[in-house]
Amino acid sequence: MRLGLVIDMDTCVGCHACAVACKQWNTSGTTGALTDYRPYGEDPSGVWFNRIRHYEVGDYPNNKTVNIPMSCMHCQHADCVNVCPTGASYKRPEDGIVLVDQDKCMGCNYCAWACPYGARELDREDGVMKKCTLCVDRIYDEQLPPEERQPACVITCPAHARFFGDFDDADSEVSRLVRERGGVKQMPELGYKPVNTYLPPRITRPIPTDDVRANKLVSSVKDWVNKMVAR
Amino acid sequence: MHPAFSVILFTVISGAGYGLFILLAAFHLAGIGPAMSHGELLAHGFASLGMITLGLILSTGHLANKKNAWRSFMRFKTSWLSREAVFAVLFYPFAGIYGLGVLLQGSAIGPLPAVAGSIAAVLAVVTLFSTGMIYGCLKTIRQWNTALTPANYIMLGIATGSALFAAIAAAFGNATTMHAGVAMVALVAAAVLKGIYYFWISRVNGPTINTATTFNRATVRLLDTGHTAGTFLTDEFGYDPRKDTIDNIKMGVFLLGFIAPVLVFASILSGAPAGIAWLAAVSSLVGIGMERWLFFAEAKHVVRLYHGAQTCTDSLAEPSRVGPEVAADTRRGDAPRGELGDTPGGSGS
Repeated sequence: MRLGLVIDMDTCVGCHACAVACKQWNTSGTTGALTDYRPYGEDPSGVWFNRIRHYEVGDYPNNKTVNIPMSCMHCQHADCVNVCPTGASYKRPEDGIVLVDQDKCMGCNYCAWACPYGARELDREDGVMKKCTLCVDRIYDEQLPPEERQPACVITCPAHARFFGDFDDADSEVSRLVRERGGVKQMPELGYKPVNTYLPPRITRPIPTDDVRANKLVSSVKDWVNKMVAR
Repeated sequence: MHPAFSVILFTVISGAGYGLFILLAAFHLAGIGPAMSHGELLAHGFASLGMITLGLILSTGHLANKKNAWRSFMRFKTSWLSREAVFAVLFYPFAGIYGLGVLLQGSAIGPLPAVAGSIAAVLAVVTLFSTGMIYGCLKTIRQWNTALTPANYIMLGIATGSALFAAIAAAFGNATTMHAGVAMVALVAAAVLKGIYYFWISRVNGPTINTATTFNRATVRLLDTGHTAGTFLTDEFGYDPRKDTIDNIKMGVFLLGFIAPVLVFASILSGAPAGIAWLAAVSSLVGIGMERWLFFAEAKHVVRLYHGAQTCTDSLAEPSRVGPEVAADTRRGDAPRGELGDTPGGSGS
């Protein structure tokens, strides 16, 4: 088995719900807590397994906002596991999930250096490295109804932009999506062979923008008011 | 990369210690240079072992969970960090047998301590190589991912060690032209190797924001990192010293690390008292300390591509321009954020 995620960059709206759901589930999960630093301070920060970044692709007028959620890619050639001196980082042979044994980690940061995707974050409070577990404590939980045995980020995504499944099974939903939509990998040239795959935005008809700010009476007055009124 | 102070101290001090031990073994066991007194041999030995041990203790300073440090010997098969730890510890029994031989038998040691000393010298080189490979094996940091990295670590350790060796020999009144000559050659070789490294990393290439985001046929710009405060990633990898700071430190590396010590040894060779070798030793250690800081400061992790860097050599503070519109955007950077029509060419009128 080769478990992982497919993320649709066409439908992702960049709402960060997956990151919040991830934090909620995993902070009380097997590698919790996901410590927050200064949660009520001026610059709250903390450990997250999933981060969403926003990019502008292309030049105006042929540009587009693309949201890219990123978590552990559960790489087939996971250098983070190879460089770990303690054996705390390991890749499960049965399903390919990369995990950190919290009892063995010495917090040297070396695995985070070896990860090109920024998937690993040191918990400064616990002194150990933490990362996405692909909700290993959820996907195998037989107490849950079958449809809920999926990572928290996948279940919560309101845009249905995240899919979980077995990439070794050619008939799985993730394999079919990758096949039909031309799935792509991030930084393939480094040779990590990430499992998580991204679906590129669909090619659609451009929406004309020439008339958006046409000089009508109402918009002219609005513009004038906007200029005059101090905010 | 954020330069971890404990790692800088460890690699500089231990590196010089291993270099000193290599020089000691070369002079004493291979018979290069003059015969050394019992006291001088012990001084070299204690200085090198002391520096190596001090460095190794300091190296645990950057661990967030020190109680598991002993586990770092567990993954010898795949991890260079583990290999470094194993070789560093394996060095001690061999160096110990050699040291015991010197302690009990003086300069004319028997075959067993001599063999042990030779093995320890080889292990010293192997440990320096492993230290370099910790950084050299990382595909994520293009400035480190080169054979020059371990070569530099070995050569800089030997160079600083040879300056120390000459200084200690001078303290025992046993310094010869051989000492100064060897130190000079080692320092010049290390300087040339470091120069090649700086030349190489100024034109390094690798992943770009395009391959990182999968959009290979369009310009890509960061709109928002999605977090308001710094994260582990920006703290660890977002370190961005100013260009002139880097240039000044680089000047210091060459002046203090190489040029000043070489001049000191040149003046010793032309008749100055051998005691000033201490100046060379201290100067080279300070210079190599700056070199180590620069080694981290100039290394740019590819995760920065997700935080707005356009290439794997970009500074995040000043990413390279991707088009005329971006330049126009930046010029407007200080103006308050306007309505939609304010973006360049966005009004359509």
